[in-house]
Amino acid sequence: MSTPFELISRLGARVRKSITGLGAFMRLGGAILARSGAALRRARLVSQQVHFIGNHSLLIIAVSGLFVGFVLGLQNYYTLSRYGSEEALGLLVALSLTRELGPVVTALLFAGRAGTSLTAEIGLMKAGEQLAAMEVMAVDPIRRVLVPRFWGGVIAMPVLAAVFSMVGVIGGWVVGVLLIGIDPGAFWSQMQEGVDVINDVLNGFIKSVVFGIAVTLVALHAGWTARATPEGVSRATTRTVVHSSLLVLGLDFVMTALMFGN
Amino acid sequence: MTRDKTDFWVGLFVLLGAIALIFLALRAGNMSSFSFAPTYQVQAHFDNLGGLKVRAPVKSSGVVVGRVASIGFDNERFQAVVTLDLESRYQFPSDSSVSILTSGLLGEQYIGITPGGEDKMLADGSTVQYTQSAVVLEELISKFLYSSAGSQDQQ
Repeated sequence: MSTPFELISRLGARVRKSITGLGAFMRLGGAILARSGAALRRARLVSQQVHFIGNHSLLIIAVSGLFVGFVLGLQNYYTLSRYGSEEALGLLVALSLTRELGPVVTALLFAGRAGTSLTAEIGLMKAGEQLAAMEVMAVDPIRRVLVPRFWGGVIAMPVLAAVFSMVGVIGGWVVGVLLIGIDPGAFWSQMQEGVDVINDVLNGFIKSVVFGIAVTLVALHAGWTARATPEGVSRATTRTVVHSSLLVLGLDFVMTALMFGN
Repeated sequence: MTRDKTDFWVGLFVLLGAIALIFLALRAGNMSSFSFAPTYQVQAHFDNLGGLKVRAPVKSSGVVVGRVASIGFDNERFQAVVTLDLESRYQFPSDSSVSILTSGLLGEQYIGITPGGEDKMLADGSTVQYTQSAVVLEELISKFLYSSAGSQDQQ
């Protein structure tokens, strides 16, 4: 049986630890940004990471986008047909994809597909003492390992989100126009009438950039701070998915409130 | 994989992203309705704007001839003042009338221009004299209720 004194100090330790963790996360982000100048001079490393993170995620993103578009088309048609406004299907599909679903679903998939591999890679590098070996050879591991991966993720994520939205709109068109038989002219013209380039497309793009930064940083931080054991790496990988998914959903709420609030 | 091959695939990846963004802007968005044609500005005063928003279309006979540039409030006349960006290739007589209309029953509000008969054309910076405010549904209903109550009294 613990005394109230112990209980309170345990609570205090927990709060202090989470604040310390947040501070370490922010400092790692700052360190990566501060060392980014060198990465721009060695663009080859960044381009390798874009290939690893981006190109390899393209298939899952495109297929998911297509099916999300299909489902949006079918589901919204069901609701809209009750009000006799089936032509608004294109508008609904395009708005929900560019504003919310494109950036958010891409970021969740991105955390699962690319974030975990980043965490596991860096965690295993740490477990194999490769990072320590780099430091012995006077190579800064943040500059050589983290910075290219960070920029690779930040560049790949908006591209993937844009592809997701585009494929989703095409999926909605396949279901709405080809399968159900909505008039294609009304489908596209209602969409163009209602989707604003700055309000919707550009804001969705900004969202995807922010999500790219958040997910990549969480993944790198989890790998960087992983305990150097097989169990530690597996825990860090799980943490990447949980934390970055929660962070993406929370950030999405804040940004939606700021961008589309009024 | 060799360096050149990686670069090729990364280039293709980024290119695909650019194509997707252009598709969203042009095909799904209203980028294609952005015109960079030269414009001239005309002001109009309204008693009530209803739900008019900045960048709402300005139409004449159903053709988009410009956009709402800004909406403000005139403190001297106690009226809303709307600045319209009209495309220079469309000229309207100076006694044209401007009204706030609604597309469909519940659609967006836009501005309609009905040309007048004057020989002089609206110039840059001029003010339109004849305006008609937005129709507010609540006002219509209250007018209708008031008039029907009045007719009952007479019986």
